[in-house]
Amino acid sequence: MSRKPPERDVALAVQKLRVHYAKRGRLRFSSHRDFQRALERALRRAEVPMAYSAGFSPHPKISYANSAPTGVASEAEYVEIGVTKQCDPERMRVALDEALPPGLDVVDVVTAATPDFVNRLEASRWRFELPGVDLVTAQAAADAFLAQSEVIVERLMKNGIRKFDTREAVVSLTVSDESGVSGSQGSGAGDSCAILEVVTRHVTPSVRPDDLLAALRIAAHLVPPVPPRVTRLAQGPLVPGSTEIGDPFAPDRAALVSTS
Amino acid sequence: MTTPHAHVPGASIFDRLEALLPFVSKPIQYVGGELNAVQKPWDSVDVRWAIMYPDAYEVGAPNQGVQILYEVINERPDALAERTYAVWPDLEKLMRENQVPQFTVDSHRALGDFDVVGMSFSTELGYTNMLTAIDLAGVPVLAADRDDTHPIIVAGGHAAFNPETIAEFVDAAVMGDGEEAVLLITDIVRDWKNEGRPEGRVGLLRRLALTGVIYVPRFYDVEYLDDGRIKRIVPNEADIPWRVRKFTLMDLDSWPYPKAPLVPLAETVHERMSVEIFRGCTRGCRFCQAGMITRPVRERSITGIAEMVENGLCKTGYEEVGLLSLSSADHTEIAEIAKGLADRYEGTETALSLPSTRVDAFNIDLANELSRNGRRSGLTFAPEGGSERMRKVINKQVTEEDLIRTVSAAYGAGWRQVKLYFMVGLPTETDEDVMQVAELAREVIKAGRAASGRRDIRCTVSIGGFVPKPHTPFQWASQLNHEATDARLHKLRDAIRADREYGKSIGLRYHDGKPGIVEGLLSRGDRRVGRVILQAWRDGARFDGWSEHFSFDRWMNAAAVALADEPVDVDWFTTRERQQSEVLPWGHLDSGLDADWLWEDWQDSLSEVGVEDCRWTPCFDCGVCDQMETEIQVGPTGVVTLPMPTVRTTAVLAEIDA
Repeated sequence: MSRKPPERDVALAVQKLRVHYAKRGRLRFSSHRDFQRALERALRRAEVPMAYSAGFSPHPKISYANSAPTGVASEAEYVEIGVTKQCDPERMRVALDEALPPGLDVVDVVTAATPDFVNRLEASRWRFELPGVDLVTAQAAADAFLAQSEVIVERLMKNGIRKFDTREAVVSLTVSDESGVSGSQGSGAGDSCAILEVVTRHVTPSVRPDDLLAALRIAAHLVPPVPPRVTRLAQGPLVPGSTEIGDPFAPDRAALVSTS
Repeated sequence: MTTPHAHVPGASIFDRLEALLPFVSKPIQYVGGELNAVQKPWDSVDVRWAIMYPDAYEVGAPNQGVQILYEVINERPDALAERTYAVWPDLEKLMRENQVPQFTVDSHRALGDFDVVGMSFSTELGYTNMLTAIDLAGVPVLAADRDDTHPIIVAGGHAAFNPETIAEFVDAAVMGDGEEAVLLITDIVRDWKNEGRPEGRVGLLRRLALTGVIYVPRFYDVEYLDDGRIKRIVPNEADIPWRVRKFTLMDLDSWPYPKAPLVPLAETVHERMSVEIFRGCTRGCRFCQAGMITRPVRERSITGIAEMVENGLCKTGYEEVGLLSLSSADHTEIAEIAKGLADRYEGTETALSLPSTRVDAFNIDLANELSRNGRRSGLTFAPEGGSERMRKVINKQVTEEDLIRTVSAAYGAGWRQVKLYFMVGLPTETDEDVMQVAELAREVIKAGRAASGRRDIRCTVSIGGFVPKPHTPFQWASQLNHEATDARLHKLRDAIRADREYGKSIGLRYHDGKPGIVEGLLSRGDRRVGRVILQAWRDGARFDGWSEHFSFDRWMNAAAVALADEPVDVDWFTTRERQQSEVLPWGHLDSGLDADWLWEDWQDSLSEVGVEDCRWTPCFDCGVCDQMETEIQVGPTGVVTLPMPTVRTTAVLAEIDA
């Protein structure tokens, strides 16, 4: 006698919603799996009518895209959720934000009206705060990195250590400064804090913040005295001919406007 | 440890911790931010508690005891409670290098800032982690070295029923249900502080001791005989009570905690919500400390349970609810509860589970009811003893026919795998008794193949080493040494492996006997064992419940050093059988069980005489109800329907326009 999965109404998804959320403050130490669990529980608390897969262990239909690494904060994370009843995106945003712990904050929700969302996430803008590194040192490191055509780093992957280039994926790298209260320079190495902003193209293998820091160490001997704070500021399509990142929800908004 | 930083009591140390987190594994476990966690302003209250579960966050965060006390204290306007857990050695090293103190995960306050630190000991293997935490907090590990600036450290949990091994480290210990205990301690600490801390630390500890329900080791002297046995344990001040009683909470329905269970971000060992459906057990299994020390049985009502399940699901979003107790299928209305909950949550992707190990067909009906939604958890049965004789010795009243009938029903109903739990090293056990486990497993597979008509069914046999515990009929028993334990396990393993017909369908899980000897030493030890704990900790003992951190040799070396000048050693505390006349280290601590009854039950055990469950048969005079002025609280109440759930509105739906 074999067991069959119980018969049930596997309600089909009638709508997909794309959620833009942020991972802030101490919750930047949550891993992707931590977020998955938190989101699924929040969806239940918010009574979102989730669509489930069939089978012995039904799973909610949620697609995750390019999550930021553990320890890296983000203003631009995305998931897509299938629901069995029509939901109002703004109500969903409010309810889900309320149900998630502070630090996992829902920024925006749209109804998916276009395909290929993940492919639209072409690039990321990363912000590195480097406490104890002054502007001159940081600028020199950035120049040294950009001057090279290739900066090879190593990363431990499932199949062992892999070597790959980081330079090709970097679209832009700019340096600014938040030293002291007024942002003036020369206020002593202790409280200087250089800021790097890096735009990277999403390639395979992906070039992650740790890889960029390794590349700066290799190319320019930049070794921050304390661990940098890293934040993903944006994720989306690269605006052609520029280093700007566009809103990945724009096509969905446009499609909704044209159909209504 | 002193800190170079100017530190305001109650201030967050998160900035200093944050700088270390990129370098440690699973940093999320240290940042807090759980759903339903509470943060109260430091200056808004009179009494501040830190509650520690002295194991890793992933084990400690789901602990019901901690969650209950956390809420009970935080509901008081004059008190706050925060939680702290053992940090892994990678973070401990960095914290020492950078002078970051042990912290709470709620507001990242330094442990040393609190008035009271409550230690929840489910097992003795957390003792070394307690020492790490106290030391990281900058608090002296020996209670005698603490002054008025340090918190008082109070032990609770099942292991606190013999707090003698940690008597040098804790200021006080509480036995039994914690809810009313923490309220009483909070009152006493508040009054003492508001009166200007009369007589300082000793004054406070004396007030606690005078209650007769809080044990303060410093007010008791232990005298020894020349042969190493205890001569007597006596109060060293007038008015200090000779015996200390346990707490017993009556009417569980008045204490529906946790009302807002914590939902951690980090992965934990229990990814579900729990509702305690009753407390206590009177089945009378002689090895079971939990069953002995939590008497009498007190059931939560069907309506109380339903409300806690509904409320908890709303507040957590968990997908699974565990109905907890020592033997959940024994609730008098369990059938109605299971059916009611299964009906209510049908089609909602909410799974119900009953961590029950009762060996009878009723259990299968329940499991079927609870898995109606399609989520089917494993079935575990606990015959505990391999032979019929052994089961009589331990008073586990299950026959081989019961077991075969039950597993046949399980395999017949579609389960492909059942788990069977046994113990090795029980009193009077021989090799032959243990070999019966293999025989029983063979019969289980044979019956399962017949009932299911398939050959791919399996049975997993899990074996734990028996450790005699205080306040049980086996408290006088000799513990089997680890060499003999291992020899029996290997003989059993070889017998199962050699079986061509059934062996491949039987999985065997066991651990070697060495950790059990250390647990035995800590369980039945006296104050002299405290020196062993301190030595082992200084030698690096941490996370002793984790095989990758546990070192038997380190413990044995520590014992050799610490007990060098004593007439006692590890064997004396573990493998030695005690006589009725011996003064036991916990003899002055009253679990309600009558010492004469325990001894009679031990003698009955040796004669293989059973004792029934007093829920359904007349009283056996174990002493609890008389001495504690308590009573068994069981149904049936006659209430069979669940209360209506609160109507919830789904706020996310789009408005449907006509």
